[in-house]
Amino acid sequence: MTTLTKTEGEKAPTGPDSFLSVRDLRVRFSTEDGIVKAVDGLSFDVERGKTLGIVGESGSGKSVTNLTVLGLHNPKTTTVEGEIVLDGQELVTASEKEMEKLRGNKVAMIFQDPLTALSPYYTVGRQIAEPFMKHTGASKKEARERAIEMLTKVGIPQPKTRVDDYPHQFSGGMRQRAMIAMALVCDPDLLIADEPTTALDVTVQAQILDLLKDLQQEFGSAIIFITHDLGVISDMADDLLVMYSGRAVERGGVREVLREPKHPYTWGLLSSMPRLGGDTAQALNPIPGSPPSLLNPPSGCPFHPRCAFTGEVPGDRCSTERPPLGEGRAAACHLTAEQKQTIFIDKIQPRLR
Amino acid sequence: MGRYVVRRLLQMIPVFAGATLLIFLMVNVMGDPIAGLCGERRCDPATAARLRAEFGLDKPVWQQYLTYMGNVFTGDFGTAFNGQEVTELMSTAFPVTLRLTLIAILFEVVIGITLGVVTGLRRGRPVDTGVLLFTLVVISVPTFVTGLLLQLLLGVKWGWIRPSVSSEAPLDELLLPGLVLASVSLAYVTRLTRTSIAENRRSDYVRTAVAKGLPRRRVVTRHLLRNSLIPVVTFIGADVGFLMGGAIVTERIFNIHGVGYQLYQGILRQNTQTVVGFVTVLVLVFLVANLVVDLLYAVLDPRIRYV
Repeated sequence: MTTLTKTEGEKAPTGPDSFLSVRDLRVRFSTEDGIVKAVDGLSFDVERGKTLGIVGESGSGKSVTNLTVLGLHNPKTTTVEGEIVLDGQELVTASEKEMEKLRGNKVAMIFQDPLTALSPYYTVGRQIAEPFMKHTGASKKEARERAIEMLTKVGIPQPKTRVDDYPHQFSGGMRQRAMIAMALVCDPDLLIADEPTTALDVTVQAQILDLLKDLQQEFGSAIIFITHDLGVISDMADDLLVMYSGRAVERGGVREVLREPKHPYTWGLLSSMPRLGGDTAQALNPIPGSPPSLLNPPSGCPFHPRCAFTGEVPGDRCSTERPPLGEGRAAACHLTAEQKQTIFIDKIQPRLR
Repeated sequence: MGRYVVRRLLQMIPVFAGATLLIFLMVNVMGDPIAGLCGERRCDPATAARLRAEFGLDKPVWQQYLTYMGNVFTGDFGTAFNGQEVTELMSTAFPVTLRLTLIAILFEVVIGITLGVVTGLRRGRPVDTGVLLFTLVVISVPTFVTGLLLQLLLGVKWGWIRPSVSSEAPLDELLLPGLVLASVSLAYVTRLTRTSIAENRRSDYVRTAVAKGLPRRRVVTRHLLRNSLIPVVTFIGADVGFLMGGAIVTERIFNIHGVGYQLYQGILRQNTQTVVGFVTVLVLVFLVANLVVDLLYAVLDPRIRYV
C-alpha cells in the first residue's frame, strides 16, 4: 500500500481510490497496409469493488485495451505507449516474468467464447487447477479440491464428478461458468470480462451476471465489463465508458450516461437499441455510415463523418479539431451543454420511448 | 472402445484376403519362377516339370492361392527355391528392419518435432527460413544420393563409421542408415509440425493459457504441442508401415540384410514364395499400424470416442 500512496503523490490524475489507472494509452499495430491506431489516447480508472462498463462497436478498441492491460498483445507487431498502473505497479514496462506473476493471480480475464477459449484436451478441473498450482504452489490434490470448490461456487451441479469432464461435455452456459471459475480461482483483485455473456441465451446470461455480482460482493474485486449490450451494462456497471475509434467519447456513472447521454454517438447507440415495449411500426434508427478505418482515422472528431449535428457547431471545428474529453462526467463533443440538452430533449428522447 | 477394436479387427479380414490375392496374382503375372531359377541358361524341360510339380505350380492359380493361404494360417510360408524356409528368412530379416525402423522413427520424432516446434514459434525468422530451405533440399534429393554421399564421406573418407553394416546389424551400426532412411520423412514431420504449431499458436485456448499466468514453456509443451501433434501422429503411424517394407534403397546401400534386401532378392530371382510371404506380413503390419494410429487419436483428443 505504501507504493500506492507514493505513486499517487507523483501522478496527479490518479484518483484517490483507483485500483487500475490507465493514462493516455496508445496501442498501435503495424500491418502490411500501414499502422493501425487501435487505441489512441485512452484514460480511465477502476476502483476496488466497482465495475466499469466499456461499450462500443466492434473494432472500437475495447478488447485491445484490455488485452494490453494483461500484456497479451503480440509484442512484435504492437507498440504500446502511455501508462497502465495496477495497484502502484506500472504494467507497460513490466517484464514478462512480472506479468506472468500477475496474470491469473491478481488480474484475471474471462474470454468471450468459452468453447474455443478452453483447451479441448484437458479436463475442466485440470484447467481450473492449473493457475492455482502455479500461483499458490499448491499440490495436485489441493488444487483439485480447490477446483471442485470453485465449480460449486459457480453453480455447476455435481461438481465432484463434473470436475473430470472435458469442456465439450459441458453446455455453453456451464462452460462459461467453468471459465469464470478458472478466472476466480486465485481470488483476483481485478477481473476483466470480455463480452462474457454474448454467446449465451438470456436466461443463462442473467444467471452469469448474478453470479459475477455475487462474487464481486464476496471478494471485493474490481471488474471491467466489456460488452456491446447496453441492457447488460445498465444492470452490471457502476461507471460507463463509451468508446469510439480507439478513444473514449463519453464517460460517467452508468445511470447518468444512459439517462442523459451527452455525445451524439451514445445517442445513436441508444436509438439503435430495440425495446421490448417499443412500437413495432416504428423503425429503429441505426447510426448511418460505418465505423471509421483505424488505418486512416478521420481528422478532428472521429465521429464527424457520421454525426447528424455537425451543422450546429460553428465553422468546421468538427472536422479539424479533436474535442477533448474532460475529467469526471464528460463527453468529447464540440456541442455546447445547452445545445446538447435541447437536441437530446427535442430529437433523441422521443425515439427512446 | 473394445467393441470398436473387435469391429476393426473383423474388417481387416476382407482387406487382408483381398490384398494377398492381388499380390499373389501380380507375382504370377511377373513371369515363370522356374525360368528365373535357372538363371541365364535355358532350363532343362524335365527338371522344370519336376520342380513345377514339386512346388504345385502345375495347378490352377486359385488352387495355388487357397493352398498357400491355408499353409500361411498354420504358420507355413513355404520354402524358397534355394531350400531355405521363408519363415527362417523372415526371422533373420524382420528384427533387423525393425531395429532400423525404430531408429528412423526415433529420429523423426525427436529431430522432426523439435525442429517443427522451434520453427513454428519463430516463423519468418532466419532459423525458420534456414530449416525450411534445408528440409526442401532433403525432400528433393533422392535417398540414394544422400545415402551414398554420407556413406562415402563418413564411412570411407573420414572413417567415422563402418561403411557397411555387419550381418548382426547392431543398433550403433544402424544409426547412419536410420538417419538416411528417416531423412525425407523427417523433413515432412518438421514441416507438418511447423504449420500445425504456427496455426494453433494464435488459438484462443493458447491465449487463455497465457492469461492464466503459465510460463511460456508450459504453454508450449502442455497446451500448444498437444493439439498440434494429431496430424504428425497420423503421418508417423503411416510411415511405420512404409519404413518396415520400403527400405530397399537404404538397405542396399549399407548392405543391411533386412526385409528390403530379401524382397529385392526375391523379385530379382522371381522367388514367388519369398515375395508373397514378406508382403503378406507387411500387409498385416500396415493394418495394425493404421489401427494403432486410430486408437491413438482417442488418447490424444478426448473429443474422439469410439463406440
